[in-house]
Amino acid sequence: MYVRRLELVDFRSYPRVVVEFEPGPGVFVGSNGVGKTNLVEALGYVATLSSHRVSTDAPLVRIGAQRAVVRCAVVHEGRELLVELQIEPGKANKARLGRAPTTRPRDILGALRLVLFAPEDLSLVRGEPEGRRRFLDDLLVARQPRFAAVRSDYERVLKQRNALLRTAYLTRRVKGSGGDLSTLDVWDAHLAEHGSRLWAARLELTAALAPHVERAYDAVAAGKGTARVRYHSRNETTETAPQELEKVLAEALKNGRPQEVERGVTLAGPHRDDLSLLLGEMPVKGYASHGESWSFALAMKLAAYELLRAEGIEPVLVLDDVFAELDAGRRERLADLVGGAEQVLVTCAVDADVPARLRGARYAVREGEVEHG
Amino acid sequence: MYEGAIQDLIDELGRLPGVGPKSAQRIAFHVLAADPTDVKRLAAALHRVKDLVRFCTTCFNVAESEQCRICRDPRRHDEAICVVEEPKDVVAIEKTGEFRGRYHVLGGAINPLEGVGPDNLKIRELMARLSSGEVKELILATDPNTEGEATATYLALLVKPMGLRVTRLASGLPVGGDLEYADEVTLGRAFEGRRVL
Ligand SMILES: Nc1ncnc2c1ncn2[C@@H]1O[C@H](COP(=O)(O)OP(=O)(O)O)[C@@H](O)[C@H]1O
Ligand SMILES: [Mg+2]
Ligand SMILES: [Zn+2]
Repeated sequence: MYVRRLELVDFRSYPRVVVEFEPGPGVFVGSNGVGKTNLVEALGYVATLSSHRVSTDAPLVRIGAQRAVVRCAVVHEGRELLVELQIEPGKANKARLGRAPTTRPRDILGALRLVLFAPEDLSLVRGEPEGRRRFLDDLLVARQPRFAAVRSDYERVLKQRNALLRTAYLTRRVKGSGGDLSTLDVWDAHLAEHGSRLWAARLELTAALAPHVERAYDAVAAGKGTARVRYHSRNETTETAPQELEKVLAEALKNGRPQEVERGVTLAGPHRDDLSLLLGEMPVKGYASHGESWSFALAMKLAAYELLRAEGIEPVLVLDDVFAELDAGRRERLADLVGGAEQVLVTCAVDADVPARLRGARYAVREGEVEHG
Repeated sequence: MYEGAIQDLIDELGRLPGVGPKSAQRIAFHVLAADPTDVKRLAAALHRVKDLVRFCTTCFNVAESEQCRICRDPRRHDEAICVVEEPKDVVAIEKTGEFRGRYHVLGGAINPLEGVGPDNLKIRELMARLSSGEVKELILATDPNTEGEATATYLALLVKPMGLRVTRLASGLPVGGDLEYADEVTLGRAFEGRRVL
């Protein structure tokens, strides 16, 4: 798919702007702070209903304005679809899809599929496990939307189980004994059931992703070491089928019960898992250089892109501020890797940083305006 | 803020579930403009519901006497009890026309986040009904969401030693939904395809 048109009203630094796109590469050039990332952030918001930079909506609305509007025309297999989002902090967002008057914002998910790499993604490598779990789960949902339900079912069961353990813990603290744990067996069973589905799906995804990570890292890194990803759980096992993992998780809950009751929190389950990132045998976190870490993060996003593509979903690829970080040889290799994308949008400060292979549409970005060159 | 009686009415209406400040104000002014006999009828209905409606002492459905209409009906059989969370679920299942046994209304579902455990539900009363030995099948028709499923599992484990047939409505119901919102066809089919737990 590709974005054919983007219109912003009072989004970030733009009072109003319209950008017409073409399939293939598009390069946005402009000095720092002119609003390049703001453009791709708007596309990211349409794709995920969240910003890759901020967790609240207020900063997305131009200072002094009430609400922001993002309108976008997406072409998928020859058919054009209009998507519109109205963002008003403190209120529910409003959405439109095609000609229908309004829909729930989550109904527009899937209308624009996008993989975005931005400098913030360094936290995929350097940050807490939560970010890596989210990376996996978002990708699961992008591949098969039903995993949105698997994920939220698990989160709900976990919340309920934690509430039960916590209440019992507090009762014991206050009264010295007691606390009703009569439903804990039930929550164990349901946690194992839903948790094993999520666990199995993440294991399968990690296996599918691994070769793409290796290949992408090879292309964008200076060429030392093999990039590997490995799913890590406290409850190591060689099982991969959901039914078997359910038994493993149920067993772990049984064995860990005294400790969980003591601490009032759920300790076993995929909410505590992580994706281990390795260069050869060396863990990336804590060992790798800035350059290696950055390349690894980029490789993970490129791998996600390649995986979706290999499975017949052709997302839009966005590379924000990527080429300035690379030397000439790696620029060429990255350009070769992504040059065939249905649409790849690139931002940079210096025109010359982007290889000739990506010379498609050019846009000059200045404060509050975008000029098609 | 309005003066006196009208503001009192807005405040009271605003405490009702699903009624926001704007709706409360609109309803209040609608009442103010309405025909006095209509308003009297509304007020009388409000009074009557508190005076007359109670909970059935057998199944805890809403009733206008000691027992509800369904528990009193001699044409229904006592071999199956269908367990639901709320009285509105009884109404939903009755609409399907699939079930001729009796009900048991739990008054909610197990929900640790809201401090609801088995002791806060009519589970002990259900166990007492089952101990008579007349009941052959227990149908668990709690909502198809996290709390409803947990409640169903809890009850299934609890009654297992009694050796009766325990069934759960087949899925096909929208996940995360309330039973009361499922349409008759869907709910009816789910009833048809209920499975043994
Ligand atoms: N809500 C907002 N209202 C007005 N200006 C904003 C808002 N949010 C960010 N900006 C401005 O946008 C600019 C940053 O744009 P950005 O797209 O990140 O730049 P770059 O081109 O370097 O990627 C900053 O100058 C900032 O002041
Ligand atoms: Mg930027
Ligand atoms: Zn009754």
